[in-house]
Amino acid sequence: MEMYFWAFVVGGLICVIGQILMDVGKYTPAHTISILVVMGAVLSGLELYEPLIDFAGAGATVPITSFGNALVKGALSEAERTGLVGILTGIFEVTSAGISSAIIFAFIASLLFKPKG
Amino acid sequence: MSNKKKKKLTPTQQEYQDFARAREPRRPVLTNVLKAFLAGGAICLIGQGVADFFVWNFDFTEKTAGNPTVAVMILLGVILTVLGVYDHIAQWAGAGTAVPVTGFANSMASAAIEHRTEGFVLGVGGKMFKLAGSVIVFGVVSAFVIALIRTIITALGGS
Amino acid sequence: MLQGHQTWIFPSRPTIIATATVVGPHEAEGPLAEDFDLVHGDLWLGQDSYEKAEKKMLEEACEVAIRKAGLQKQDIQFFLAGDLLSQIISSSFAARTMAVPFLGLYGACSTAMESLALGALIVDSNSGNNVICGAVSHNAAAEKQYRYPTEYGSQKPPTAQWTVTGAGVALLSSGGSGPRVTSATIGRVVDMGLSDPFNMGGAMAPAAADTITAHFRDLGLTHREYDLIATGDLGRVGHKIAADLLQKHDLEIPADKFTDCGILIYREDQPAVLAGGSGCGCAATVTYGHIFNRMKKRELKRVLIVATGALLSPLSYQQKESIPCIAHAVSIEFSQKE
Repeated sequence: MEMYFWAFVVGGLICVIGQILMDVGKYTPAHTISILVVMGAVLSGLELYEPLIDFAGAGATVPITSFGNALVKGALSEAERTGLVGILTGIFEVTSAGISSAIIFAFIASLLFKPKG
Repeated sequence: MSNKKKKKLTPTQQEYQDFARAREPRRPVLTNVLKAFLAGGAICLIGQGVADFFVWNFDFTEKTAGNPTVAVMILLGVILTVLGVYDHIAQWAGAGTAVPVTGFANSMASAAIEHRTEGFVLGVGGKMFKLAGSVIVFGVVSAFVIALIRTIITALGGS
Repeated sequence: MLQGHQTWIFPSRPTIIATATVVGPHEAEGPLAEDFDLVHGDLWLGQDSYEKAEKKMLEEACEVAIRKAGLQKQDIQFFLAGDLLSQIISSSFAARTMAVPFLGLYGACSTAMESLALGALIVDSNSGNNVICGAVSHNAAAEKQYRYPTEYGSQKPPTAQWTVTGAGVALLSSGGSGPRVTSATIGRVVDMGLSDPFNMGGAMAPAAADTITAHFRDLGLTHREYDLIATGDLGRVGHKIAADLLQKHDLEIPADKFTDCGILIYREDQPAVLAGGSGCGCAATVTYGHIFNRMKKRELKRVLIVATGALLSPLSYQQKESIPCIAHAVSIEFSQKE
């Protein structure tokens, strides 16, 4: 149950960073999300993101920062096995589920639905 | 940044901008932050519930449950988008709905259904990533640089 | 006939013998619903794209106006119209259907009065007897082109405005009865260096104030000669700024006769409308629907419509250009005997 509390708090706080970037920094949503992804990648490189996931569960895996983390994680683990080329082959290893499902669901959506305006 | 930008303005422009700013409603930053916290927290709470659902009911561990959880969250985001409610929730929630992975799904699904009128290849296919594309580009570029640095440090016998 | 620096006077006083307005579902929920000729509950108008829906609205508005005037299509000599989409496709495509000599105009949201001023010039110079002037915009088509996909969840600040889904046209004629166009002031492009596309009202307010000032200066008038002065689509934010700007220049217009089409068209509590309406269709539908009805009910005798336009493009915004703005004012009169 404790995990649920921290998922809410940590997830909420990451969104707060995003909101401050949009409202105070006057960034567009696209800029904001891009900044957060890079932040996630940097935290991953400093080995700080995995501990955050252990601590907050979905609070750290659901925000888009986890996408940056997963990209780095995939690249690093593959690089360990196969060397430098592994960075290229491994980048999408972990994130494949997210990107593929988003493409597939969005495509199906375009077959069946029209925007409501 | 705003100071640098202001230097290029003529005195009349500067005077008007101050005049206008005094009459514009401010963005309700505190309320927006609170709403983003609540909405973003709630979405992560749902995500935690989905993850536990996979751990308890199927053969997943906390680590491996990540993939199906993300897929379910993305599906939820797409469903709310095509029902025409995601944009309305987002007007209330701000970053609370933009930052979670559901927002990533929303940016792709909204672009896909919006540009369906330009055909499947140039419309759906070509424009699906018009908002989500930058996330992938900057994610991959930064991940590449960071992974490269880490790998080189390791190779040189560091950490 | 030129008077002063930038104002045309029309001695023959071309008559607006008919107007027509067509709007979408959001506008139908607003306080002016009764003033519009056709109200669509479907944002798509049964078409398969928003762009086609926008074109359809303009076609319908033209048909209604011609029918109201008791004329046929072939009686129309010129068609002047514009919209917000790239290459003003809605207007050009509606003109294809109309098969009437056509001049396409782009003045962003100021197009409604740009077309009326030019139409009056044509009629006044005996270059045409029946001219249709109009403008159209569609919320979703404009969002798609200028901002984000309509279903994309982005939070808009309180200064943002809602593009009106609507078409408004006026049929100008050298004879007949109806409100008359007496003068028009063509605006200068004013750029105060603002670049926030979610605060168009604030960017356009100086252009409106500039054109109103020029109108009064060129014709030696004051606000006392007008029963109503309406800006096009400044919204609640921009209109307040324009009112204060005019006051600063000692041209204060009493609040009861200074209004804005973007404020009038929606209820304040309508969702997502925020600071008010905007778009080509805003000034067009409110002027040719609501304000004309009030003139016909003899509530208003002389009005000045100051349609405002923000001349940006999605590209110019991304390249960090500021927003050049313009406003055109047209004076319309409906005297007792007519």
